[in-house]
Amino acid sequence: MKLSKLFTLLLVAGLVFTGCSNDDDGPSTPIDEDARFTTADQMGRPAVNTVFISSSSKNSFNTTLPSNQSAAFRTEMETNLSGLSPAYANESDANALGQNRDAFIDLLATDVLNVSLTGKTTFFDGTNVLTGRALADDVISTELLLIFGGEDGTENPGLSDDNVDANDKMFLATFPYLAAPF
Amino acid sequence: MNFKKITYSLLSLVLIGSIIVFAADHIDAPAVTDTKADITDFYAFQGSSTSNLVFVANVQGLLSPSATANAEFSENTMIQFNIDNTGDNVEDLVIQVIFADGKAYAYGPVAPSEKGLTSGVEFNANLGAEVEITPYGQSAIVGTNNGIKLFAGPRDDPFFMDFAQYGEIIAGNATSFNDPGSDTFAGTNVLSVVVEVPKTTLGNAETINTWVQSKNRVN
Repeated sequence: MKLSKLFTLLLVAGLVFTGCSNDDDGPSTPIDEDARFTTADQMGRPAVNTVFISSSSKNSFNTTLPSNQSAAFRTEMETNLSGLSPAYANESDANALGQNRDAFIDLLATDVLNVSLTGKTTFFDGTNVLTGRALADDVISTELLLIFGGEDGTENPGLSDDNVDANDKMFLATFPYLAAPF
Repeated sequence: MNFKKITYSLLSLVLIGSIIVFAADHIDAPAVTDTKADITDFYAFQGSSTSNLVFVANVQGLLSPSATANAEFSENTMIQFNIDNTGDNVEDLVIQVIFADGKAYAYGPVAPSEKGLTSGVEFNANLGAEVEITPYGQSAIVGTNNGIKLFAGPRDDPFFMDFAQYGEIIAGNATSFNDPGSDTFAGTNVLSVVVEVPKTTLGNAETINTWVQSKNRVN
């Protein structure tokens, strides 16, 4: 009796152990648990790769970690900005944020989005600058202004605003915030 | 510098062809253009509750309504939101989103076991959510778990710009934007991933640095 009981216990334990052994991989994962992925595209602030990076470097910009981007692309970005906009032609030239060419490129050459966890989150709302990016932010006009507008935003007026100020659909006040598709 | 020179400089910066590139990140580089890994936009903003932060990644832009019904996320492409809360522009936390069998799965925010360009999936993250991918034409399906919300599916492209007139300027056919301009992205859709998390899951920094990656499966 005792022996058979012991046997039963062992059997149960064995079964349980077998069960545990099968569960060693954890609950089944939706895809192969050993799946590995490598970076294809990457983005922090809007329009950095599209505007400031030369055609031949666009792929490599996407696969260079932000912490390595400045060393790899800063010079190229500075050259491209100078070629793109006459607003930085003189050493003393600056944008509406008071940044000269070097300071502006210093900011952009590490392509991350700075986001406040304690206050308003906006790319630029007239007061707050680079505290996030909200759906309604007119980021292209902000960037055109910083590229072409000069110190007070009045230089190259035909190029410093695309005059599209808002999305074609209203955003939602609650999750998921983006409007339903067309 | 005269305008011709500016125009020439602009030309030298863009791909010259049927499509002239200047958008948020739509079709930004040849390796990802027309692939399911092409990020079009990235947003990060305070949620309707000021205790929460929202991350949005859009991929596969310029979808016409008729193309949207057939657009799908790739099971071989992961979306990874990276969060640096120590100021060194290296990810301290990640939120990874993968897709399988009609569902989206988010893992994190979690300290990644591997940093950098290539990584596995943080299946053992304590935080996360899952949700059925919202089919085209249906109301948004929202997955919620421990204060984390997740949406995946087609949405109106929230990006707006007079891309066409910019093209005219680049091509030398115009010298300035129109006023009012015309939104080239009006009427087009994207595939969106939206994740909302309590700010308390992002560490104690006042400001974070964040960026999004699309990562393709390599094994």
